[in-house]
Amino acid sequence: MNDLLFDFTLDKSKKTVFITREFDADLSLVWDAFTKKEILDQWWAPKPLASKTKVMNFKVGGRRFYAMVTPEGQERWSIQKYTSISPKTNFKFLNAFADKDENPELPGSEWDLSFNEENGKTKVNVSIYNESLERMEKMIEMGFKEGLMMTLKSLEDVLATLSGK
Amino acid sequence: MRRDIFQAIADPTRRAIIALIAVQAMTPNVIADNFRTTRQSVSKHLRILTECQLVKQEQKGREIYYSLEIEKMKEIDNWIDQFRKIWETRFNQLDQVLSTIKKQKK
Repeated sequence: MNDLLFDFTLDKSKKTVFITREFDADLSLVWDAFTKKEILDQWWAPKPLASKTKVMNFKVGGRRFYAMVTPEGQERWSIQKYTSISPKTNFKFLNAFADKDENPELPGSEWDLSFNEENGKTKVNVSIYNESLERMEKMIEMGFKEGLMMTLKSLEDVLATLSGK
Repeated sequence: MRRDIFQAIADPTRRAIIALIAVQAMTPNVIADNFRTTRQSVSKHLRILTECQLVKQEQKGREIYYSLEIEKMKEIDNWIDQFRKIWETRFNQLDQVLSTIKKQKK
């Protein structure tokens, strides 16, 4: 555990997930970690998955074609197409799942990543917008989470009381 | 038609129905009394929730009572946790990578 800021929210009306995280490193290092495939592949995939970047051309109009690889060797490919880059400040891309021949499954999602350094720490703001209703539905329950959790919690309390625990 | 739990909770009325019957099992008429919409509309939502296996029906005498499938609701919760967990794990891994690079530079 560490005390670095981590925030994760969903805005249903904007169909967007917002993630904010602070890193104990200077801006240029964090920027490199997000934009160089040698570093990206070291952390992008949550273990035990591995990230394998086949192509990465970090410039507007360029793309990153990469796979998440399971321990069994199964590959799930995605394409990130860069639409805007302001060095060490912000970059945007369109993300879509794809097959191994780079055929995208549209529609995908729109990603926006902003970076800023304060007192030697770098804050990264990620927003992920989904226009597809189907994908959105998969995320909607996050906004529903709070109410649902309270409902379930109070229900559990009631059940616990009733059963005399 | 194949339905999943995310479809069930994509609709505000269905979310309200879930919240209602989470407290206690209810008949369709009692559920409908809580909404300004028609009984047919409530029946439709109940049918979808049933197809998604989020609610179960129980016959008591002449009435049918609807109640919540708690285990199924937990699937939703697990999914949210997984999504958040991916980002937590990913960024914790990045912390490690950054710290390694910083040491190499020194």
